Amino acid sequence: MNRAFHRHLMSRIMTGLVILLSFVAVLALFLILGNLVLKGASSIDWAFFTKGPLPAGQTGGGVANAIAGTGIIVGLAALIGVPIGIGAGLYLAEYGSGRLGWLVRFVADVLTGTPSIVIGIVGWTFIVKPQKHFSALAGSVALAILMIPMLARTTEEMVRLVPHSLREAALALGYPRWRTSLKIVARTALGGIVTGCLVGIARVAGETAPLLFTALGNLNFSLRVNQPMQALPLQIYVYATGPFEEWHRLAWAAALVLMGLVLIISLIARWVTRARYGSVR
Amino acid sequence: MTSLPIEGVPPAPPGTPGRPSGETRWQSLIGMDRSDRAYQRVLTVFALALPALILIILGVLFTGALPALKRFGPSFAWTSTWDPVAEVYGAAPMIFGTLASSLLALLIAVPLALSVAIFLTEFSPRALRQPVAFVIELLAAIPSVVYGTWGIFVLIPFLRAHVVPPLKAVLGWIPFFQGVFYGNSLLAGGIILAIMIVPYIAAVSREVLLAVPTSQREAALAMGATRWEAVRSAVLPYGRTGLIGAVILGLGRALGETMAVTMVIGNRHDIGVSLFQPAYTMAAAIANEFSEATTNLYLSALFEVGLILFVLTVVVNAIARILIWRVARGQAIGSRAL
Repeated sequence: MNRAFHRHLMSRIMTGLVILLSFVAVLALFLILGNLVLKGASSIDWAFFTKGPLPAGQTGGGVANAIAGTGIIVGLAALIGVPIGIGAGLYLAEYGSGRLGWLVRFVADVLTGTPSIVIGIVGWTFIVKPQKHFSALAGSVALAILMIPMLARTTEEMVRLVPHSLREAALALGYPRWRTSLKIVARTALGGIVTGCLVGIARVAGETAPLLFTALGNLNFSLRVNQPMQALPLQIYVYATGPFEEWHRLAWAAALVLMGLVLIISLIARWVTRARYGSVR
Repeated sequence: MTSLPIEGVPPAPPGTPGRPSGETRWQSLIGMDRSDRAYQRVLTVFALALPALILIILGVLFTGALPALKRFGPSFAWTSTWDPVAEVYGAAPMIFGTLASSLLALLIAVPLALSVAIFLTEFSPRALRQPVAFVIELLAAIPSVVYGTWGIFVLIPFLRAHVVPPLKAVLGWIPFFQGVFYGNSLLAGGIILAIMIVPYIAAVSREVLLAVPTSQREAALAMGATRWEAVRSAVLPYGRTGLIGAVILGLGRALGETMAVTMVIGNRHDIGVSLFQPAYTMAAAIANEFSEATTNLYLSALFEVGLILFVLTVVVNAIARILIWRVARGQAIGSRAL
């Protein structure tokens, strides 16, 4: 009797502990989001989005150049990374049962955990070093490299969800295999693939480390991809670690904008998947 | 939504790869003509880009590090002078700081993350599962530089005011908690890292636990186990390999994390036992010094730091993946939370 009591008490205690610790972990998100909104929201106005940064010491200014820069750098990265990532993912789903498939899958999984700063070194070596000046393109290449393994794996997963009967029906009607793969299978999985791309883009949009010595940052408004360019994460880094109160204020506001950007993309991605695959779960 | 394939795939007999058996059937249905072969070849080229990528990264780092490798040999890893003026470089403080901050992060993050995973799969009311899992995913989506900003302006002042004084009063006799609190410190770096890796470990552990068959739980409960006993004796042992994999995956993240750590760890080339002192990590050193490296040897030393970091994280990640794959074979576990 006593023993049973102890066992049930233990069960209660451990359940309570698990719930408490989970609560603490979830609390972190609300603390961070709360601080961001509290400290950043008041600084966000129209000028913040339309003006460039002012010289240090002056009040005001915005992050227009950084937002444009992030858009360009990430857009270019997607242009390079998305086709390769989707291609590799299609390979894994269609022909990936052999030894090469295993290797590619393993490498993709290992690469998703690679430190982004190391990828920055690769971008620097291939583009910045030969032309002897920093360039946004090098940053895009680094971000694309970060994107590829993620896209490959999500694409594979989404294509695998397509029922085999669909593929068999197309083949039975005399469709060639490559057209079946592209027009039937990939087309059916398109929503999921797009989601994967959005998630990948959202993730690299917040990356700072690979841009530090590739895109470098730029105080002026610049749209030339072969020159240094500002990006939102870089600007936050400079402002947050800088000495001025005014910069700290702008850092919070920029952090809120970046966070909002990443969250909105992630939410859209989730919403797209839910609409398509909601019934499976 | 990574859990989809795990739940959706019909149970394959153990030992066979986790692909539906229809695959081989339709492959044999028809032959391939020239365009099909071309298609396969194009896709193969894309796929080969990934192994090529890892070799390219390794090659770039190795060739860049060659001068430093020749000059300092293996002693680079255990000497601690870092003097760009005298051109003497040793990475011991960074390697120490990387390992110390990551281990501290694991110490804090593992109980939290495993709790979340256990809560979500075992104890949580059904209505709470999706929202909590979603919150954890959002936590993983926060950019590292945002964590860093939060660390500088919220976490460090909080530590200074509310955490460090009581820690010193109670545990001040342990060398870990002695000395002046600098603000930017190993402690701050470890805590930021912990907050950052909780979502990864939690997401992967959750999927590992979801892959544990319900019959395991039912059997334990039918034997008269309490709910906790069922978790401890039937669920956790079944998923143990995968859970260890999840933790190692978190370690890999922590080792390579750059921005948030750079912003709060203090960036000092020094080995100290106190958690209150500034430290340095390999990633932070590259972030801070790469674009300022003036001489070839300086740059090469940073390449070597990058090489060490890359090899370390690749090995750690490879171990983690193999462990996770043993539980959920071939699934891109955790990729949603990346």
